[in-house]
Order: sequence, then C-alpha cells, then structure tokens
Amino acid sequence: MKLSSDVLFEQDVEVLIKEIKEQYGYDFSGYARASVYRRIKRFMGQKNLQTLDELREPLFSDSFFFENFLQEVTVNVTEMFRDPSFFLSLRQNVLPILSTYPYIKIWDAGCSTGEELFSLAILLHEEGLLNRTKIYATDINQKVLKQAREGIFPAKNIPASTKAYYAAGGKREFSSYYTSNYGSVKFNSELVQNVVFYPHNLATDSSFNEFHLILCRNVLIYFSRNLQERVLTLFDESLVSLGYLGLGKKETLVMSGISANYNPVDKVNRIYRKLN
Amino acid sequence: MHVQPKIVVIGGSWGGVKASLQLLEDLPANYSLPVVLVLHRLRNQEGQLQELFDLKLRLKAVEIEDKDILQSGYLYLAPPNYHVLLENDQSFALDDSELENYSRPAIDVTFKSAADVYGDQVIGIVLSGASEDGSSGLNYIFGKGGTVIVQEPREAEIETMPLAAIKATPGCRVMRLTEIKAFLQSLHVN
Ligand SMILES: C[S@@+](CC[C@H](N)C(=O)[O-])C[C@H]1O[C@@H](n2cnc3c(N)ncnc32)[C@H](O)[C@@H]1O
Repeated sequence: MKLSSDVLFEQDVEVLIKEIKEQYGYDFSGYARASVYRRIKRFMGQKNLQTLDELREPLFSDSFFFENFLQEVTVNVTEMFRDPSFFLSLRQNVLPILSTYPYIKIWDAGCSTGEELFSLAILLHEEGLLNRTKIYATDINQKVLKQAREGIFPAKNIPASTKAYYAAGGKREFSSYYTSNYGSVKFNSELVQNVVFYPHNLATDSSFNEFHLILCRNVLIYFSRNLQERVLTLFDESLVSLGYLGLGKKETLVMSGISANYNPVDKVNRIYRKLN
Repeated sequence: MHVQPKIVVIGGSWGGVKASLQLLEDLPANYSLPVVLVLHRLRNQEGQLQELFDLKLRLKAVEIEDKDILQSGYLYLAPPNYHVLLENDQSFALDDSELENYSRPAIDVTFKSAADVYGDQVIGIVLSGASEDGSSGLNYIFGKGGTVIVQEPREAEIETMPLAAIKATPGCRVMRLTEIKAFLQSLHVN
C-alpha cells in the first residue's frame, strides 16, 4: 500500500498548487503529478528544506525564491537537434511543402532556452526559407526566453550538437553558425532576426495567431491528459488547414479528440498534418 | 509473504539485457504483475530492444509511451532519453529532466517513483551493470517496506551495480538469476 506519509505529502502539494495560483497566477493544477512531486522534492533537497511548510514560508514571502522554484518545477532541459531524425524529417517531409507558401509562420511552443529554435532556424536557413519565415517562440518561463533570445550556449555541448546537426542532414560547417568565447558559443543573431519571443502559458492562455507549423516538443509529457487535450485543441485552433504539428518523440495525438482530423506524416518522429 | 505485490521493477546496465532476458523468459503470457525494465542504453538508439524482448519472451514487450496504463502480462521498457515515473492512477509519466547517475533513463528515478505509488507492494531487482545507479532507489523501496532483490554479484557479467546495491541496502536478498526467476514465478496467480 501507498504510505500514509506519501498520501499526506501529496495532499499538501494540492493545497500548495492552489496557493501558488492565488498568489502568483501560475496554474499547475493540470500538470502530471508524478513529475511535480519529484521536482518539488528535488527543489526542497537543494534548499535543504525538510517539509512543505518550510518551503511555503519563503515561497510566498519572496518572489525571487518563487522564480527559482518555477525554474526547477518546469523542466527546461533541452539540446540542439534533439532527436536528429525529427529534424531530418522536417527537412525532408515538411519544409519542401512549406516552401510553396509565400510567407511562413511557425510557433515554437515551450522553446525553453532556445536550442530547438536555433536548430529550426538553421534548417530554414539551409533550405532557403528563413527570410520569409516568422517564428513565434514562446514559453511560460521568462528567464529561459531571455536566454533563448541571446542564443548563447555552453561550448561543452558543441560536440554533441555538431554530431546531431549532421545526423539531421546538416550541409555546412556547423561552426560557421556561431562564434566561441570563453566556454560559451554565441549563435549568429541573424538566425533569429524574424523571431518574436514572448511569454505564453499553454495551461491558461489562448490561441493568438495562425501557423503553418507548430512545434511543441517534450512539454506535453509534463501535463495530465486533460491539460494535454486543452493544449492540443489550442494547437488545432492555431493551425491553418494542411498545417503541421511536431511533437516530442514519446508524445502522441492518437488518444486525443483532434486526432481524427490529422494524418501522421512521420509516425516515428511524431509529425502530423491537419486535414482541413 | 504478507503483502501481495503489485509491480516488478528491474534495473540493469552492462550485461543487463542478457540477464533480464534469462530472468523473464519463462514468465507466462498472462503473468499477473506488470514488469517494468529500466536498462541503460546508448543515446539515440531506437527500438531494437523492444523487438528483441518481444521475440524472446512470452510477455508482450512494449516501449513505454507517455500516459500508458500499466497492465499485467506486459513488459514495459524505459525508452531511451526519458526517465520513467509512475502515477497514482497506474499510468506512466515520462520526464526528460537532467540525467541522474549519468543516465537517462535512471533506475533510481523509476524505483523511487514506484515506491511512492505502491509502497510495500513493489518488488525491486538490480541486475548486472557497470554503474551505481539503482542502489539509492533500491534502498528507497526497502525503506517503504518493499521487496528488494540483487543479482548475486559473482554471477553478474559486471558486479559493480549489484555490489553497490548490496552495500546501500545490506538487508536486500542476494539471489542467483534462477532463484529470482523461481521467486517471480511463485508470485503468479492464475
Ligand atoms: C523539457 S523543455 C522542452 C524544450 C524543447 N521544446 C525540447 O524539446 O528540447 C519544456 C519547456 O516547457 C515549458 N513549459 C512548461 N509548462 C509550460 C506552460 N504551461 N506553457 C508554456 N510552456 C511551458 C518549460 O518552461 C520548458 O522550457
């Protein structure tokens, strides 16, 4: 049987989620609990806090502390050309179709620190589409958005990024896209010239434009089924007919109410196309 | 045994594929407990493991998808590059957060999550491997009253992981694969 101390902890987390919503406006009620519990415990471990009551005190009296908490609870881990086969498939199956539009609009939802965005921009650049594409890069977390705008990443990731870039069909010298500087690399800011960055909360905000392609990768896994459904409906409302949706490697449309109106373009890489 | 177990979670690394195949090969297709297997894998390596297990075992082997519901008769394989968590409603939740013990999936993550959900009704098994992953998770299961088993290090292809697990939880049961196998079979209820 589940331990009663764990049951109590989880009940207290529900109270905490309500209080966070009241005080800060962030709504975590639709987040997958297993991950929320784990992230809260992890954060408490880092801050040396033993109980949720000890966490509550600084959390509600210190907004910087809360920012910190937010960073930790919403997982920001990302990398360039994550799942290279996904980007290869975008290049081969999606971009050639998008190239028939005079003007392309893309939404990168949950872009985190920008590695995915720069990967996408490089692809568009190489396929000659970047200067007629506008990308909306959004995330719940303002801090990662700021990092995404700067395009500065740790140099230690470059070997893995380079490998992934070629696996994703990269055609150039990868190093031509960035300049190195003391343990960091800065990607060419022309890549994000046509990108607008702004905070958007998938759990509470609504559709704000129409897109030819929406990428939302490794965000839905942190949501409950209900919230996943809300977000997928939001994407459905935000896609033009015949628009594309790219999800994370382990995320799917199959169980969702919108699936009937979508065809898989690449089943393994979770790329779907809206019918009408 | 007083408590009826609800789930078997197994962790392995180097040598873990072979050991787990041997361990699970005779379990019946309708084995009454869901079995979750976390093996360290090479990054960006795709599905072959699932095919191998599905071919060799009577259990149905699947690679876990986000929100899959746990069912008996299934072997659930942790997918590459994701941690595997369990929810109270007996479904899986995937997580792509930081590596733990240099690994994603990490055995500790799944062991701890299983113990949070199932308390003393978890059976945790650590197999061969060149890592210390699994030992703190096994200890966590032990702390919640679950059953903890470690493959006899002398029999393991690499003894590092079993030795680390035994060190972390001296109260664990150290067993040979054939014994663990017999134990798992004894839990099957028709
Ligand atoms: C694991 S990262 C994924 C980054 C990138 N898409 C990738 O696949 O590598 C998840 C991102 O989702 C963001 N996120 C979490 N909850 C969100 C929400 N309610 N609305 C928008 N973004 C959210 C987090 O801040 C984080 O940057």
